[in-house]
Amino acid sequence: MKRSRITECNDWFLERFPLTKLWNEHMAHYYAPKNFNFWYFFGSLALLVLVNQILTGIFLTMNYKPDAKLAFDSVEYIMRDVNWGWLIRYMHSTGSSAFFIVVYLHMFRGLLYGSFKHPRELIWIFGMLLFVALMAEAFMGYLLPWGQMSYWGAQVIISLFSAIPVIGDDLSLWLRGDYVVSDATLNRFFAFHVIAVPLALVMLVFLHIVALHEVGSNNPDGIEIKDSKDPWGHPVDGIPFHPYYTVKDLVGVGVFMLFFATVIFYMPEMGGYFLEHANFIPADPMKTPEHIAPVWYFTPFYAILRAIPDKFAGVIGMGGAIVVLFLLPWLDRSPVKSIRYRGGIYKKALALFVISFLALGYLGTQPATPTATIFARIFSAIYFGFFLLMPLYTRWEKTKPVPKRLTTVHSLEEQLPALIEEITVLKPVATEIGHTAFKGSSFTRQPNPEGIRNVISRLAKKAIGSLD
Amino acid sequence: MKNLTALLLLLLLSFGVAASEDIELQEANIDLSNNASLQRGAKHFVTYCLGCHSIKHIRYLRIALDVDADPKQVLKDIAPEGANIYDQLHSAMNAHDAEKWFGTQPPDLSLIARSRGADWLYSYLKSYYIDPKSPRGVNNLIFKDTAMPNPLWQLQGEQHAEPRKNIWGHEYTNLVIKEPGILSQGEFDIFVNDLVNFLVYVGEPVQLERQRIGKYVIFFILMFLVLAYLLKKEYWKNIH
Repeated sequence: MKRSRITECNDWFLERFPLTKLWNEHMAHYYAPKNFNFWYFFGSLALLVLVNQILTGIFLTMNYKPDAKLAFDSVEYIMRDVNWGWLIRYMHSTGSSAFFIVVYLHMFRGLLYGSFKHPRELIWIFGMLLFVALMAEAFMGYLLPWGQMSYWGAQVIISLFSAIPVIGDDLSLWLRGDYVVSDATLNRFFAFHVIAVPLALVMLVFLHIVALHEVGSNNPDGIEIKDSKDPWGHPVDGIPFHPYYTVKDLVGVGVFMLFFATVIFYMPEMGGYFLEHANFIPADPMKTPEHIAPVWYFTPFYAILRAIPDKFAGVIGMGGAIVVLFLLPWLDRSPVKSIRYRGGIYKKALALFVISFLALGYLGTQPATPTATIFARIFSAIYFGFFLLMPLYTRWEKTKPVPKRLTTVHSLEEQLPALIEEITVLKPVATEIGHTAFKGSSFTRQPNPEGIRNVISRLAKKAIGSLD
Repeated sequence: MKNLTALLLLLLLSFGVAASEDIELQEANIDLSNNASLQRGAKHFVTYCLGCHSIKHIRYLRIALDVDADPKQVLKDIAPEGANIYDQLHSAMNAHDAEKWFGTQPPDLSLIARSRGADWLYSYLKSYYIDPKSPRGVNNLIFKDTAMPNPLWQLQGEQHAEPRKNIWGHEYTNLVIKEPGILSQGEFDIFVNDLVNFLVYVGEPVQLERQRIGKYVIFFILMFLVLAYLLKKEYWKNIH
């Protein structure tokens, strides 16, 4: 039989490029644990947002002008005169906040299930480098609209480098390319934002995934699925990433897009958190705004900076808050990975950490009043305490026995019918007065106060019990 | 509601400075689908504001298209004489002169509604009062020592500030109109509201369009979500 031209082309290509091998290694034959839960959506979502940022970014550069005299107006030109420019710009500005939301949740997943622990230390390191690159990308991108907050935010952050002894002043001058943030700064930030840092991000994503696929994914139970294999050498508790997780992640993508589109079309400023009000005023080097606040995703670190009275110590503190995350795989001495089998101390410590991170984030958006500063200091202490005391409390605390195989936790979807059964009660409906013949043939569900009470008290008991 | 949250955040952001006097902003009634109000607002802007303030990020044609007006009518009724339909709304005032006269250059107002918020603008324009100590003879409750003289005084009349105490002994300032202007108080409120409505529109001309498109996008994503969920369910039915 004569082979078709298409098959021939296909073979020609595959003889020269290992596409099938790559596909199988990373998708069709990559075995992932079958018990991924909600927290495992955010890796693929981060990738989706990265693609969104790159694509919308390319279109924005077509009309944006990296020039101190033109930048602000060119953004408004995009918002008004470029066809669909407003949509592209809002996708990009909302995308940057969305990026941090999914990345923070992705990192929190690591803390929950010990994804940073042996043998995945390198994945964590690459991830942290990604986080740092992402912060650099966001910081430099924020200068580009050349509004008041863009300008003064950059001014404040770059001036932090001048707190470094001996080389500080020269260093900040070198970074800005001028004595104040100016056209020179805008141009170099543009260069870094559109090419240098995105390249680094893409390369790091590649390394992050290669390292992940070498050791395999962690899971909510924190056990290695490769330890129990079937006769064909596949993990018993593993399922091929494609098609199982590709279709599952599509659901995550749908839910994410729902939120994303709602923000873009109905609240693009997000009450001044995604697009700050003061940034609708063009940058004015002669007028310092009364209150300079970075965008929300930097505020936890900004609050730590302000909490420390000495400027240089503050810079060290802010940098340390990120450096300490790099050290996480070696700070944690617990024999178990997942929070499911850890002792109560880690759970409480993690809860305190989350509270302090959110509180610092809020305080970073507010003016530094004396009371606010005291709170910021307490929460900074908790932030660092969580990491620096970790070698002690994770070694001492009693852990629970870890199962050999993955455990089954029923999803909310599976529990829902039983739950509805419990909190409601069936009552017959009298269809018509006097028509008792049909009575009992149709029912209606009505809330059952006792059932609801039971469910709530059970949930509360479970929540309290889960802290031990 | 959106304006209310914007206002709250604005208050939070400028806490300690603008809010040091504890002034409650009055609520503007923003309705961008009210073309008549937008047209009146545009007319008011050209008559009372454009002398000093540009709104350079919008053109007469865009206004005509967005408020459903005939471009010729816009040129005749709204634009100043000699304007072209493709022109942006530039002020004729020389920046150098403005600096000399007011000590500062009047800002472009294209985005003022997005940086200040509608309620602030509405309250600001209504809160001028006679202040003999001020170089311009007037002051403003919302924006103390503002460089802008009251452009609407003939319409509003002469307003005076009277210190009052509320039942908790808290001091506040009450504004009273002593000399009535051309417009009654109700008419003046509508006048200012139309102007602010127009400025909110100018801040982001695409607002209505984006809300209209948003419905279809979200509907489409919901359909996608249903399909994706069914697909996932089908694939996963044998995984336990």
